[in-house]
Amino acid sequence: MVTPSEIQVEAEFEEVAAKKPWGQVCKDLMRKQPLGTFGLAIVLVMIVTAIFADYIAPHDPIQEDFSAMFAEPGHESYPLGTDEFGRDILSRLVHGSRTALMVGFICAIVGATLGMVIGVASAFFGGLFDLLLQRVLDVFMAFPLIILALAVVATLGPGIQNVMIAIIIPFVPQCARVVRSNALAIREIPYVDAARALGFSNSRIILRHMVPNVMAPYLIMLTTFLGQAILLEASLSFLGLGVQDPIPAWGLMLTNASEFFEGSPWLAIYPGVAISLSVFGFNLFGDAVRDTLDPKLRSR
Amino acid sequence: MSKYARFALALAVGAGLSLASTGPADAETPKRGGVLNFVVGSKIPSYDGHIEGTFGMIHPIRPFYSSLIRINPQNPQSSTDFHCDLCVGEVPKGEEGGTLFKFKIRDDVKFHDGTPLTAADIKATLDKIVFPPKGVPSARKAFFKAVESIEAPSPTDLVIKLKFATGSFIPALAMPFNFVYSKKDLDEHGYSWHRTNINGSGAFKFKEHVKGSHVSGVRYEDYHFKGQPYLDGFKAISAPKLAVRVQAIRGDRAAIEFRGFPPKQRDDLVKALGDDITVQESDWNCVLMATPNQERANFQDPRVRQALTLAIDRWGGSQHLSRIAIVKTVGGVVFPNHPLAATKAELVALNGYGTDLKASRAKAKELLAAAGKSGMEFEFNNRGVDQPYKVVGTWLIGQWRQVGLKVKQRVQPSPPFYATLRKKKDFDVSIDFNCQSIINPIADISKFLGSAGNNYGNYLDQELEDLYNTLLQTGDEKKQREIIRVFEKRALSDQAHAAITLWWYKINPHRSYVKGWKIAPSHYLNQHLDQVWIDK
Amino acid sequence: MGKYILKRMLLMVPTLFGAAVLIFFLLRLVPGDVCEVRLAGAGLYADPEAIAICRENLGLNKPLMAQFFDFVWGYFIFDLGVSMWTGASVVHEIEIRFQLSLQVAIMATFVATVISIPLGIISAVNQNTWLDYCVRGFAIAGIAIPSFWLGLIIILGLLIITQAITGSPWMPPIDYKPIWEDPVYNLSQLIWPAVATGYRYSAVAVRMTRSAMLEVLREDYVRTARAKGMIEKVVINRHALKNALLPVVTILALEFAFLMGGLVVTEQVFNLNGLGKLFVDAVGNQDFNLTQNLVMLVVLIFVLTNLVTDVAYAWLDPRIRYS
Repeated sequence: MVTPSEIQVEAEFEEVAAKKPWGQVCKDLMRKQPLGTFGLAIVLVMIVTAIFADYIAPHDPIQEDFSAMFAEPGHESYPLGTDEFGRDILSRLVHGSRTALMVGFICAIVGATLGMVIGVASAFFGGLFDLLLQRVLDVFMAFPLIILALAVVATLGPGIQNVMIAIIIPFVPQCARVVRSNALAIREIPYVDAARALGFSNSRIILRHMVPNVMAPYLIMLTTFLGQAILLEASLSFLGLGVQDPIPAWGLMLTNASEFFEGSPWLAIYPGVAISLSVFGFNLFGDAVRDTLDPKLRSR
Repeated sequence: MSKYARFALALAVGAGLSLASTGPADAETPKRGGVLNFVVGSKIPSYDGHIEGTFGMIHPIRPFYSSLIRINPQNPQSSTDFHCDLCVGEVPKGEEGGTLFKFKIRDDVKFHDGTPLTAADIKATLDKIVFPPKGVPSARKAFFKAVESIEAPSPTDLVIKLKFATGSFIPALAMPFNFVYSKKDLDEHGYSWHRTNINGSGAFKFKEHVKGSHVSGVRYEDYHFKGQPYLDGFKAISAPKLAVRVQAIRGDRAAIEFRGFPPKQRDDLVKALGDDITVQESDWNCVLMATPNQERANFQDPRVRQALTLAIDRWGGSQHLSRIAIVKTVGGVVFPNHPLAATKAELVALNGYGTDLKASRAKAKELLAAAGKSGMEFEFNNRGVDQPYKVVGTWLIGQWRQVGLKVKQRVQPSPPFYATLRKKKDFDVSIDFNCQSIINPIADISKFLGSAGNNYGNYLDQELEDLYNTLLQTGDEKKQREIIRVFEKRALSDQAHAAITLWWYKINPHRSYVKGWKIAPSHYLNQHLDQVWIDK
Repeated sequence: MGKYILKRMLLMVPTLFGAAVLIFFLLRLVPGDVCEVRLAGAGLYADPEAIAICRENLGLNKPLMAQFFDFVWGYFIFDLGVSMWTGASVVHEIEIRFQLSLQVAIMATFVATVISIPLGIISAVNQNTWLDYCVRGFAIAGIAIPSFWLGLIIILGLLIITQAITGSPWMPPIDYKPIWEDPVYNLSQLIWPAVATGYRYSAVAVRMTRSAMLEVLREDYVRTARAKGMIEKVVINRHALKNALLPVVTILALEFAFLMGGLVVTEQVFNLNGLGKLFVDAVGNQDFNLTQNLVMLVVLIFVLTNLVTDVAYAWLDPRIRYS
């Protein structure tokens, strides 16, 4: 049953949450954030490439061609050359964008979402629960990102799923911490008290009142994680702990190529550029999101 | 040169390579002086050769020690040409039907701390290796199962008695891990002192070990081979990344790497440096194989295992895989250069060694279909070492794809990799390897016995066991060869317990100013450095 | 103030204890142990008896809780034990690498500061002009480029360029000499990783400098100064920068702490014998004792740096102390 006062409370909340229509936000983004738009363009190109990889790639990315090992760029059937097994680099790059996006999005979304849930819960319930949870987060936050990821992947063993788990684990407390401090502020706003006084269930208050109000820090963290996840995957791959052959992945390509870097530098240049460009795109986009959503910066 | 020896040295590879010319190099008079910098791709666990088994320890530490006998530094390719290091004259032939060995020990050898070296020191050392007291580990105790007693009746006499005659005793004694320690050190400091301390009688004295960075040694003036060593010292620099090791030689931060580079890196170095680089190459006493886990239902059927080996294009791999990995030679269970090894004619009769690839693969598909395993999916367990493990693994997966098998690769760092093989046994097919120092085929092929400690296939093949026992009791080389052929056919072809890939191929491109070092068929051998000199 | 510091220090205890628990059990979840790696490194038959003895000697067959107790107790009696791989004391193992890591961290922080503060100011002063976009693009590229890839390119570039100029290729040294022993050798090795990582870490600081400057530039006293007709340069240097620096310094301090243990991948490329490489090696060897203590050191540096920056903040902004 919906009471009139309830409608009122939620209407109030909507006013607080949706200060601007999303269409307007997008327009602002383009006008005020040329860098961000550029970043978004890179990201979109990547997504399109990943979706249509099967049509874009000229060859099967794992098909070996021992008659054309180390073909140089400009080869008639391999425009960007081939790697040590004679596999087409262009096709591997195109298919590698799938791996990169998968790692990026899954890690960022899962990490940020888990972080948000923990952060909001911690702020909402407060008290001993909050205190203990904060101490646990402190522990995870005390490790440098790569050290924690490396320790986790060493425990679980290499492989793409384990790498993603290893990347997600350090992300969760980071996001939880930021979300919590925002959620704490919202908790003090009278309408949450009012909602409580009306006897709404905890899950309803959390989901309908608190979560929408921490969307800004959540999205900021999420976009930051996208690039970080791709870079971390590349780093773990470089240490031999990441994605394994023959799956096409940029970090793996770069790692294999580093062995042959002396004589065939292009093997390492292409995946390196692909990683850098995609992380660059995600970061530019993330910065723009931050500038747009962060209320302290918005007025500028 | 012994009849077994075959020089694989200085094989011309590719155009424009300048290679070590052994003739003139031997004729040159060694120059004294200079420090040899070399890079090592693995780590030093401890200094105690008796318990370690890695070249990461041998390369930097071996030059500090002498051994009773060693391979001939001038003829390291031979698997039977042994020289006295601490003994006098020729390496003794076994008396009393090959069960009694009497060594004359040099009387002019001193440890680096000044203590004279006598037969008692060698006895104490061998006792530690062969009969370690309870609680003292010894990695190669099993190689000396035949030894009954070791006695030192006088400072210059060492007598070793065997329980039964065996051709593998002298090769085992020549293993480079058998560092001779001083009895005084063992008595005073106990059996674990040598893990962290060095007092040998080798060509170089220990100077420093900066953990994780380098080990350096300086010339030992009282070395028992007079006039040697030629170098003032050496520095073994740790560099785990292959790319760094290659760059180090290109940028002259190091003159040589003693394990081996893939051919591509050799070509790149030669291209960049021309005559400043000399290349030595040799077959290598190591081989990788794919071992199916016969505890798993999918691999209990010999037809499936045969299909695995039939899918592999060994002759083709020897052409193209050999460009990117440190492997090359097609071979069976025995080191390819050895007289006990199969000839090409004998090899092509085995499953997976035929020259008609299409036919082999068609047969593989047929066998899989007959076994009901067409298009089977499985996981290939590999070790997280780039060269050659991961490269060969990726290649194997591509080969199996050709017969419709869908294979995923699981790569693990060494500790969990070993745990998978030995304890957990949770794999479908795993990379497996046989890598030894001294070439000793009769001992080495025990790897394929289900009962062997280093066999990971989880099978027991009584027929193979019986064949091996017969082999052990056969003294005649011709007979041995025949038995090994039957053994090989059963292990690799009929039962296909393991699919041998390609034997390793050792390539050492080094700065041309490094002289006197000759490539051996193992990265463990010929690393005492007393004969190496620098021509600058 | 004293009470605040005390409270913060007490909060460190559960963090450190939690980190100890986490790393201790994480390591022991991996199958296999240091004895198996050591005794079967080359594929030789590993004598099960030898492995058993090795485990016995290293205390690996004790119950887990006893091992954990030994580990934590070590901190109270100042005995961190020995590396399970080399047998040398943990303190000795870490000491050798600490020097190098400290120097690289200092140099990289210096590079980051030199890059980020001027760029951040330029960016803020010229907000939303093409100059601003270029600076931000340059800074963000720093985070986007994997520093190990940059390292590979730097080394190959040096080899090719020096060979073209002098005829013989040159690359940075691959082993470390302390700066007081051989400053040229030392710097010619460490300057490259310092630049590669310093550039990377400048990105966050550029952004921080920029936004802090923007905030300060809008404060009333800056407007007043401007209105009074002060020269722009003086306004920026004397008034704005001074007040914008605190968050920037904080970011740089936190990054310094990260650099001490986090150069895991870059150290591989430059063959640096630092704490990051030690960590990778120790984990790879399953050298539990060394890994645990190393991680605790890195965590301690992290936690202490956080403490110092928080205390500095609290000292400057009394509101924090009472919240």
